[in-house]
Amino acid sequence: MALLILRRLVQTALILLGVAAITFLLLYALPADPARMIAGRSATAQTVANIRRELGLDQPLLVQFWTYLQGIVHGDLGRSYAQKTDVGSLIAARIPATLLLMAAGILVEVVLGLTLGIIAALRRGGAVDRVVMMASFVGVSAPQFVVALLLLYVFAVMLGWFPMSGFGTPAHVVLPAATLGILGAGWYARMVRSAMIDVLNQDYVRTARAKGLSSARIILRHALPNAMLPIIAMIGIDIGQFMGGVVVVEAVYGWPGIGQLAWQAIQQVDIPIIMGVTLVSALAIVLGNLIADIIAPLIDPRIRAR
Amino acid sequence: MRVLKAMLRQPSALFGLIVVVVVVAMAIAAPLIAPYSPDNQMFDGLTLEGAPMPPSEQFLLGTDTLGRDLFSRLLFGARTSLVIGLVANGIAVAIGLFIGILSGYLRGFVGGLLMRFTDLMMAFPALLLAIVLAALLRPSLWIVAMVIALVNWVQVARIVYTETRGLVERDFILAERSLGAGHFRILFMHILPHLMPTAIVWGTLGIATTVLLEATLSFLGIGVQPPQPSWGNIIFESQSYFQAAPWLVFFPGAIILLTALSFNLVGDALRDILDPTQRGRG
Repeated sequence: MALLILRRLVQTALILLGVAAITFLLLYALPADPARMIAGRSATAQTVANIRRELGLDQPLLVQFWTYLQGIVHGDLGRSYAQKTDVGSLIAARIPATLLLMAAGILVEVVLGLTLGIIAALRRGGAVDRVVMMASFVGVSAPQFVVALLLLYVFAVMLGWFPMSGFGTPAHVVLPAATLGILGAGWYARMVRSAMIDVLNQDYVRTARAKGLSSARIILRHALPNAMLPIIAMIGIDIGQFMGGVVVVEAVYGWPGIGQLAWQAIQQVDIPIIMGVTLVSALAIVLGNLIADIIAPLIDPRIRAR
Repeated sequence: MRVLKAMLRQPSALFGLIVVVVVVAMAIAAPLIAPYSPDNQMFDGLTLEGAPMPPSEQFLLGTDTLGRDLFSRLLFGARTSLVIGLVANGIAVAIGLFIGILSGYLRGFVGGLLMRFTDLMMAFPALLLAIVLAALLRPSLWIVAMVIALVNWVQVARIVYTETRGLVERDFILAERSLGAGHFRILFMHILPHLMPTAIVWGTLGIATTVLLEATLSFLGIGVQPPQPSWGNIIFESQSYFQAAPWLVFFPGAIILLTALSFNLVGDALRDILDPTQRGRG
């Protein structure tokens, strides 16, 4: 187990190195010139050249990359071009808001998905089942920004139940979390449904039923834990997905997370922030999968045996 | 024909198929159907206060903030969105097939290297990457298509790799090799045909993803640029107005949803029908 985790950690480091290299190369190859952006339209060629030298942009690509890597190893993600501050602390300041949003979104997803999935599995072929199966397709086919705007229109503009945008009170979390959660819930429901149908057909469930246990107990204590495995893996994947996907939701709801930070940085060609957010997102994706892989054997002895 | 018949038997696949056919037909026939030019800023297309007109007999789905007919813009937007869907996804599937087949067949050092690269791309935050690329390149229809293709090939490559690995081990490949067939012959005449179902399924499912991604990029203002209409940028152009004129957001939104849903339904039905492991199971 320890060896496995160690190997995965080394893999993680290598993947992050690769992500950093590709992002660096792409940003370097793009036609947008950060020095010119900072200097402004009316700047002379001399000013632009000065800024370029100051930022180290006149160095060869490999030298720049090496300097950047040295920074990362020391926990330094560089300095923002536009805001003149440390990228690490800029991102760190935004992460709590994004984590809160992600946690709330995953909560909505899992609760909704589990409930619907169990009902669908129990009433297989019934009306609820068919609606859930269809809803899972609608969920993956719906554009996130349209759902965000729709929820905003109905619950903030028309009904006035929740604030339009912003951050701070619990009411602010509801709509963005619902946007993230509702779309994913259908897929969870689908997986829970098929896992539950599998489990419910097994002998030990029949035994439990023969013993005269109540069906609530059979479902919650005996069947559900065995159906949880795909859900854990799915949550691991989602942590990474959300990290990149929050850009849209945060833009619509004015949520001050790293998605918004990234979006502002992209518009200002603030390369250090773009690099930083990409790396943090890649880290989240890898860690999400790693955590799911570590948790899986803890809840399922069948995997531990392998 | 067998495939078509099987699809017509499933209500959801039939629904998807009908919507896909209707959307494609309307996109092709856009100049014939559209009541107005999509770029025509009509003086009677705005209210006296200069606000967009709600749906009416004259303007079927209302007008946008510049007094253009929304229905006509949606029709021409369908062309943009579908072209990107087909081109971007076609390229993505082609790249995915190429890399997947090569790494699955070669294995060894080169195959391993290609697959590690694919794993690396899996860890890339795809949407973020697309947004960064689209924003920093000067956006145009083709750039958007390239960006989407660059992001979307990874999944196809993974699946094709797994399938190729399985195929290479099969006896008919061994037999072919012992008959003296070269690598090219095995790859193109024997392995590729077996991968066609996968390519068709992902070619369909991927269009849904691509249409959504294009809409998202355009919604952020970094996709297809106005005045050329696309479903996403129609929403982008009118989002600041959406409290007063919600139809400008929700008609295009509904069409994006319906189109993506239909491609997903058709793709899913194709997967059930074409998957060889499902064949002959009743």
